[in-house]
Amino acid sequence: MVKQKLIVIGNGMVGHHFLEQLAARPEKSLFEVTVFCAEPRPAYDRVHLSEYFGGRSAEDLALGKVERYREWGFELLLNDAVTAIDRDRKTVTAASGMEKSYDRLVLATGSYPFVPPIPGHEHEKCFVYRTLEDLDAIRAAARGARRGVVVGGGLLGLEAANALKELGLEAHVVEFAPGLMSVQLDAGGSELLKNKIEDLGVTVHTSTATELIEEVDGRLCMRFQGDRELITDLIVFSAGIRPEDSLARSAHLQLGERGGIVIDESCRTSDENIFAIGECALYDNRIFGLVAPGYTMARNTVAQLCGESMSFTGADMSTKLKLLGVQVGSIGDAHGRAEGAAAITFVDEQTGVYKRMITDNTGKKLLGAVLVGDTGDYDQLLQYHLNAIDLPEHPEQLILPAADGAAPALGAGALPAAATICSCHNVSKGQIVDAVQGGCCSLGEVKDATRASTGCGGCSALLKNVIDEELAALGMEVNNHLCAHFPFTRQELFHLVQVEEIRTFEELLTKHGSGRGCELCKPTVASILASLWNEHIHRKPHVGLQDTNDTFMANMQKNGSYSVVPRIPGGEITPDKLIVLGQVAKKYNLYTKITGGQRVDLFGARLEELPEIWRELIDAGFETGHAYGKSLRTVKSCVGSTWCRFGVQDSVAMALHIENRYKGLRSPHKIKMAVSGCTRECAEAQSKDIGVIATENGWNLFVCGNGGMRPRHADLFATDLDDTTLIQYIDRILMFYVRTADKLQRTSVWLENLEGGLDYLRAVVIEDKLGIGAELETQMANVVGTYQCEWKTAIEDPEMLKRFRQFVNTDTPDDKIAFVEERGQPRPAREGEIVRIAEPA
Amino acid sequence: MNQIAITHTQWQPICQRSDLVADSGVCVLTGDRTLRTVSAAPKSIALFFIPHAEPQLYAIDNWDPLAGAGVIARGLLAEIDGELTVASPLYKHHYRLRDGICLEDNSVRLGTYAAAFDGDKVLIATEPGNH
Repeated sequence: MVKQKLIVIGNGMVGHHFLEQLAARPEKSLFEVTVFCAEPRPAYDRVHLSEYFGGRSAEDLALGKVERYREWGFELLLNDAVTAIDRDRKTVTAASGMEKSYDRLVLATGSYPFVPPIPGHEHEKCFVYRTLEDLDAIRAAARGARRGVVVGGGLLGLEAANALKELGLEAHVVEFAPGLMSVQLDAGGSELLKNKIEDLGVTVHTSTATELIEEVDGRLCMRFQGDRELITDLIVFSAGIRPEDSLARSAHLQLGERGGIVIDESCRTSDENIFAIGECALYDNRIFGLVAPGYTMARNTVAQLCGESMSFTGADMSTKLKLLGVQVGSIGDAHGRAEGAAAITFVDEQTGVYKRMITDNTGKKLLGAVLVGDTGDYDQLLQYHLNAIDLPEHPEQLILPAADGAAPALGAGALPAAATICSCHNVSKGQIVDAVQGGCCSLGEVKDATRASTGCGGCSALLKNVIDEELAALGMEVNNHLCAHFPFTRQELFHLVQVEEIRTFEELLTKHGSGRGCELCKPTVASILASLWNEHIHRKPHVGLQDTNDTFMANMQKNGSYSVVPRIPGGEITPDKLIVLGQVAKKYNLYTKITGGQRVDLFGARLEELPEIWRELIDAGFETGHAYGKSLRTVKSCVGSTWCRFGVQDSVAMALHIENRYKGLRSPHKIKMAVSGCTRECAEAQSKDIGVIATENGWNLFVCGNGGMRPRHADLFATDLDDTTLIQYIDRILMFYVRTADKLQRTSVWLENLEGGLDYLRAVVIEDKLGIGAELETQMANVVGTYQCEWKTAIEDPEMLKRFRQFVNTDTPDDKIAFVEERGQPRPAREGEIVRIAEPA
Repeated sequence: MNQIAITHTQWQPICQRSDLVADSGVCVLTGDRTLRTVSAAPKSIALFFIPHAEPQLYAIDNWDPLAGAGVIARGLLAEIDGELTVASPLYKHHYRLRDGICLEDNSVRLGTYAAAFDGDKVLIATEPGNH
C-alpha cells in the first residue's frame, strides 16, 4: 500500500500535540510524516517559558524529543524553515533547498510577537519574548543591567516582567491601555491586579504610549506621550501576537482581513489538502492565542486525516493562572458585554481579593467571571458557565468567603456527563465515570486510564469528587484501609501508634486490628514503628514483620542469593576503601556493578556469607547502605565548587551532610536525593524526592521528583536558602511525608494526592500553618540521634547472626544456587546450565 | 512403584526448638543420604513456627516453582481470608501453609509435611501430604 505523504510545517506546542495524537493512533502507519521545524530544537513548553530563568533548563521544557520522533517513525528536520508552498505541484521547498511533495499539508506555524513601530525599536537592547533564543539574548543583556522595561501589560507581558525580576532587574511594565490584562479583566479586576503587582516591586505605567526610543549615555531612553520619559537598560516587547501566515499568503490561501489563515470547522484552509492549526489559524474571524484551543484543533485535524468527522466551532477562552505570584482567573464574557448582563462584585481591599460574576438577564446563568487574588472558586464557576447549569437562589454566595452554612458547593453529581473536567486533555465527566465503571477505583488509576489531571493538575480536586461520587453510586465503599487486618489508613495508624505510644505489632493488632496480619500490614507497621521509635529491625518483636530484604539486610536476587550495597555517602570514596570493595568482591566471587546512585553493588552473596562479608566491610569503615529498606538510599552529588570551574557551592559537603543526617530514616517508600553544585545540574537533583541545587546565594530546594517508571519533574519548593533553613525544611518535609503518606507511596504520588498540593506543603513547612513544625523537627532529631548501623549491631549479636544460616541443621550450602561466568564475572546459572556438584557422602 | 520407597510416616528429628524463629520461617535440609530413593533425597524444607496458632508448626517445601528459587522460608507470613499463608519473597505468590496450594494459581502446590515437637526437638515426617 502506498502511504500518504503528510508534511507538517512548524514544531511548536500545537504542532507537537498534533504529532503526538497521530502517533497514538493505528492509522499512523498510513502516513509518511515529515516535520519541518525552523528552530534548532524540537517543540518545547512555551507556556512555562519564564521558568527558564527560574532554574529550568531547555531540556526540562522540552516536549518533543528527537528520539521520540524516531520511535514514531516521523522524519524531523530541525533548523530548516519552509520557504515556499507550490499548491499546483503539491510540494514544499525549504531554506536548505530541499523540495518535498505532499498529499496532505498541516500548517502549524504559530505566531510572531507584534512589535509596535516605535522609532528606535530596532535597537540591539530591544527584545521580544517568544523563544528560548530570545530568552538567552535577554539574559545576556541583563548582565550588568539595572532596569528592564516590558512594553505590553497583557498576560505575556506580565510573564516577561516576572522573568526580568527573576534576572534581578528592576522591572517596569508600560501599557498603552488604561488597565492590565484588558482582554481578560474588567476595570476593577485590572486595578486590583495593578496594585498587587506594584506591591511586589514591579512599577506599572498604564495609559502610556511610547513615542520614541533613543540611546542616551549608553542606556535607553523611552519618551512617552505627554513629555514623560523613562531610562532603562533593555526593553522587551510583548504587545500581542500576530499569526505567522506569510507562507500561506504567498501560496494564495485565503487569509483574514487582519491576517490569519482562514479555516473551516474541519480545520481545512481554502485548499482542501491543507490544514491550519494553532495560532496561525483564523476561525470565525478569531485567533485563539491559548494552547488548549490549539490542541483541540490538532485533535480535530488528526480525526479528519483518519477519516472521522469532528468539528471545531471555537473554544472557551477561560483561563486561570498565576502572574508574579498573583492568582488571576477569567471566565467567558468577563466584561459583561452581553445585553441585559448583570454583575455581582465582591471586593476585599484588605486582603486584595476581587471577584465578579456576570449573569444573564434572568440571573440564572453565568456568562462570565473575573477573579483576582483568589481563584479558589474558579473551577466551580467554570462548570456553571460551560455547562449552563442554573445558578443557586443566592448566586452571590458562590463568590463570598465561606461562612457557616453558606455557599453550597456544586457537587460533582450536578454536572452533566458531557461536562469537561480536565481541559488540558479534554476529558469529560462521562469518560471518568466510564473508567470507574470499568474498574478504576482510585485517583491514580483513573489518571492513568484517562490522562485526566495529568496536565496542569488544576482539576484534581474536582476529579476526585467525581470518582468518589461514582464509587459511592456503584455502592462501593471508598476504602483506603491498609488491608483486611486494619480498618485504617496508614496515616491514621501512624497517628494511633504515635499518640498511644504503641511499641509492637502485636499491641497494635490487639488494640486496633484483627486476625494475624499479612505481607501488607506487617512491613508497613514495622516501618511506622521504626520511623517513630527507631529500634533495631531485628529486635525480637519486629523480626517477623520485615520483608525478606529487611530481614537479611540485603537485596534478594532472582536465584535467592543477595546483593550487598555499602553506603558511599555523596558518592565520595577513598582509594583504600575502593580497593577493599574489590578485595571483598574477589574473595566471595561477587559480581560488581556501579549503581545509578553513585555506589557499588556486590551481587551473588549467599545468605550464610552475608555476616562475613559485612564484618570485612565494617572493619574497613563501611556502613550499611539501606539499599534493602524503604528508607534513604543515596544522596548523589557532583564535585561542586571544590573542583569544578562552574560550581558555586560545595555540593559534596552538603551531600555528605544530608546523607549522614537522614541515613537510616525508615519511610513509606524509598527516598532518593541529590545535590548539584550549580544550575547545570549534573547530579540530576530534579528527578529526586529531595533535590538541592546550589545558587550564588545558597540553595534552591526541589521536592517530590521521580525517575523510574513514572518520571516526575521535581517542583521548586524554595529558593536561595541558607544551610540551616535548608535542613530545617527537609526535616519537616520528610517527617510530614513519613506521617501522612500512604503505604508504598513515593513522594511524587504523595504530593499529587495531597489536597492543596505544593502550596499546601509550603504552608505547612514554611509558614507552619498546622503548628507542627517544631514537633516534626524533634521527631527527626530523635531518628538522627538514635541512628545505628544495623549491620554493625547485627554482627556483634550472636542471636541475630543465627538468622543467617541457609539451613539451621547443617552447614551444607544450598546446591540450588549456582553461578556461571560471563564477561569475567559470575552470574546466576540459567535452567539447563546448572551442573550438580556431587555432595560428599 | 519403587520397592524401597518408604510408605509409612517416618518421623525424623530435624532441628532444635531454639533454631526456630517465632512468627517467621527457617530452612532445614532433610533426607538420609544413605537411602537412594527419590523421596528420601536431600530436600530443603521451610519450617514456620506460629506460637499463637493451632497447629503451631508448619513444614512446607522451600522451593518456589513459580520463582524458580529456594526462598519460601524467607517469606512473610500472611493471613488471607482467615487462612495462614506464606508470601514468597520474589513474586509474592501466597502458598497456603496447611496444604501448600498457591492462592494465585491453584494448579501449583508445594509439598507439605507433618511436623511436631518432641521436647526441645523438632520432628518432621518426610513423606509429603501424609498427615
